[in-house]
Amino acid sequence: MIVKGTNLKKYFPIRKGIFLQTAGHVKALECVDFELNENETLGIVGESGCGKTTLGRVITRIYTPTGGTLEYITPEKKLLHLEKAVDKHQLKRFRRDFQMVFQDPFSSLDPRMTIGDILREPLDVHKIYPNQRERDEYIEYLLERVGLYPEYTARYPHEFSGGQRQRISIARALALKPRAIVCDEPTSALDVSVQSQIVNLLQELKEQEQMAYFFISHDLDLIHHVSDRIMVMYLGSVMEAGRADEVFHHTSHPYTRVLMKSIPHWDPKQRKLDKIHLEGEPPSPINPPKGCPFNTRCPEVMERCKKEMPQLQPITDNHSVACWLFDD
Amino acid sequence: MKGNTELRVRKAFFKHKLGIIGMIILILLYLMILFADFLAPYNYQSTKRDFTFSEPTKIHWRKDGEFIGPHVYGMTKSRDPVTFAVKYVKDEEKIYPIRIFVRGDTYKFWGLWETDIHLFGIGLQDDAVLYLFGGDRFGRDLFSRVLIGGRVSLTAGLIGTLIAVVIGAVVGAFSGYYGGWIDVVIQRLIEILRSFPRIPLWLALAMLLPPTWPSTTVYLGIVIVLSFIGWMGVARVIRGMVLSLREKEYILAAQVIGQSNFKIITKHLIPNTVTYLVVVSTLSIPGMILGESSISFLGLGIKEPMTSWGLLLKQAQSLSDIQAHPWLMIPGLFIILAVLSFNFVGDALRDALDPYRTVDKV
Repeated sequence: MIVKGTNLKKYFPIRKGIFLQTAGHVKALECVDFELNENETLGIVGESGCGKTTLGRVITRIYTPTGGTLEYITPEKKLLHLEKAVDKHQLKRFRRDFQMVFQDPFSSLDPRMTIGDILREPLDVHKIYPNQRERDEYIEYLLERVGLYPEYTARYPHEFSGGQRQRISIARALALKPRAIVCDEPTSALDVSVQSQIVNLLQELKEQEQMAYFFISHDLDLIHHVSDRIMVMYLGSVMEAGRADEVFHHTSHPYTRVLMKSIPHWDPKQRKLDKIHLEGEPPSPINPPKGCPFNTRCPEVMERCKKEMPQLQPITDNHSVACWLFDD
Repeated sequence: MKGNTELRVRKAFFKHKLGIIGMIILILLYLMILFADFLAPYNYQSTKRDFTFSEPTKIHWRKDGEFIGPHVYGMTKSRDPVTFAVKYVKDEEKIYPIRIFVRGDTYKFWGLWETDIHLFGIGLQDDAVLYLFGGDRFGRDLFSRVLIGGRVSLTAGLIGTLIAVVIGAVVGAFSGYYGGWIDVVIQRLIEILRSFPRIPLWLALAMLLPPTWPSTTVYLGIVIVLSFIGWMGVARVIRGMVLSLREKEYILAAQVIGQSNFKIITKHLIPNTVTYLVVVSTLSIPGMILGESSISFLGLGIKEPMTSWGLLLKQAQSLSDIQAHPWLMIPGLFIILAVLSFNFVGDALRDALDPYRTVDKV
């Protein structure tokens, strides 16, 4: 295991007035449990605003969690608690092992730095190559690894296409030889043809480098394709989790079922008209509904759902669901 | 392409005619103050009792209809028997030709070596002077004093702006990047400081400089006083820019890499505001020049015998002085020239660096 989160919460305060009094909270994450194992891809799906990106940023400690525990197991099997203020050196060590690829390739590279500077930054921060020649050779090697020419080091980000920029972003994440990479919708800003290239590159690299991915996406097909395990999120909570084919073939939670039905079929004749349609928008995370967060839109809503929050319960060995329908 | 961007910026800049004119004037002005000692025919401190408030010297080219080159005549001071007003009577017998590379007052060129060669002049004469802009109360050459005074005025603006922009950028970036109560404290402090009226605050700060200080130290003090006000506007805008920049994913990427907050500010945030900083610098130099002039004009800045354009204007404070010796206003023309030029260059730079202004006006 690499990281384990239990009961993770992240609330963003809404501040008002001259003295910035807290007027309320945006509850972006509400009790999220997960674990990420070595060499596995954990896929996170959910619609916009469900807390996928927040979860990714809590895991990489861009955000400090409001509650719960976040444990990091070092390669030496030491346990590190990341949910509170962490010792500087330990945090740096964690940063080396945990990198991130971002969603928007047009804002994830500093426009004022050359590609060489961008790739040099992580190496300099962690003082990996004190020798300049070795470092430059490594940077050129990195560029080749992600399918770019080593001559690109002197160029600026705006000279590249979206797909190339995403490759640079991947090279930057790869530079520190991390144990895990959080991919925050790495393909959603790209053309379809380029998407598959980036996904294939990520999978290739995973096999060669023995890394784990924390793969965030709203694209169910993509998640099915890349993931070993899947977590389905809604309004900051995990609705369903389990092995990828298990979740896809024995879909249990009403919300996941709605999601699965919404995947467009490649054949227009096969498109069903009797799909279950969801009414309305997800409720506001500032004021989430009592009980199950999905109770306002659930086609199978019961009285109990409006009072009590269901917990994630295993229904088979590799599959758990948070829904009262499966409460025996 | 980066090259293309630079090319586009350069092209756009050179399309701005007033900007080019301003640029040329500024280059000339700065060359002028760089070689001020050499260009000035006299030492700016040397006094000539016989030529107090002498009007700008007339340069003659012909004598008795015959061309003999530029020359001036000897002068004798006399008083009008009725009004007792000072009059200068020229003595056409004494001809002093204007020559180049003439020997005159000694000075230290750039403080390195002593020399007495001036670009032009008539040498040191007892009964004749070459005062292009006339003489002042002590019979000093106003032209030489304008050249030397420009050193203070033009560099005070430059250095003051540099300090103000650096402080403003750093404070603004910290305020915007950290946010929360740090931001609140800094912003309220700026609001309080900015609500003081500007000139009384300058004067109060200038009063703090001990009168015993040597003039170079006073000069530095004035520069610091000027930048004390200037940084706040920059800090506000930089804060706003950083507020939006810090949400960019490359800042998050730097955090994930483990880059320190200080390095994120200096390596990522401030470089991304640099186009704004360049424009705001050129546009705030004129304010600094005017500020220095105001302080010196009110008598709290640079002290005699050191001089600046503002201090030179101080002599022209009373209407009767201006009426009797209108040439004392000439330093004001130089202030106007410098301020306008900086404004034109700033305008041109702002237009050239604006990425949304791709369509050129015909």
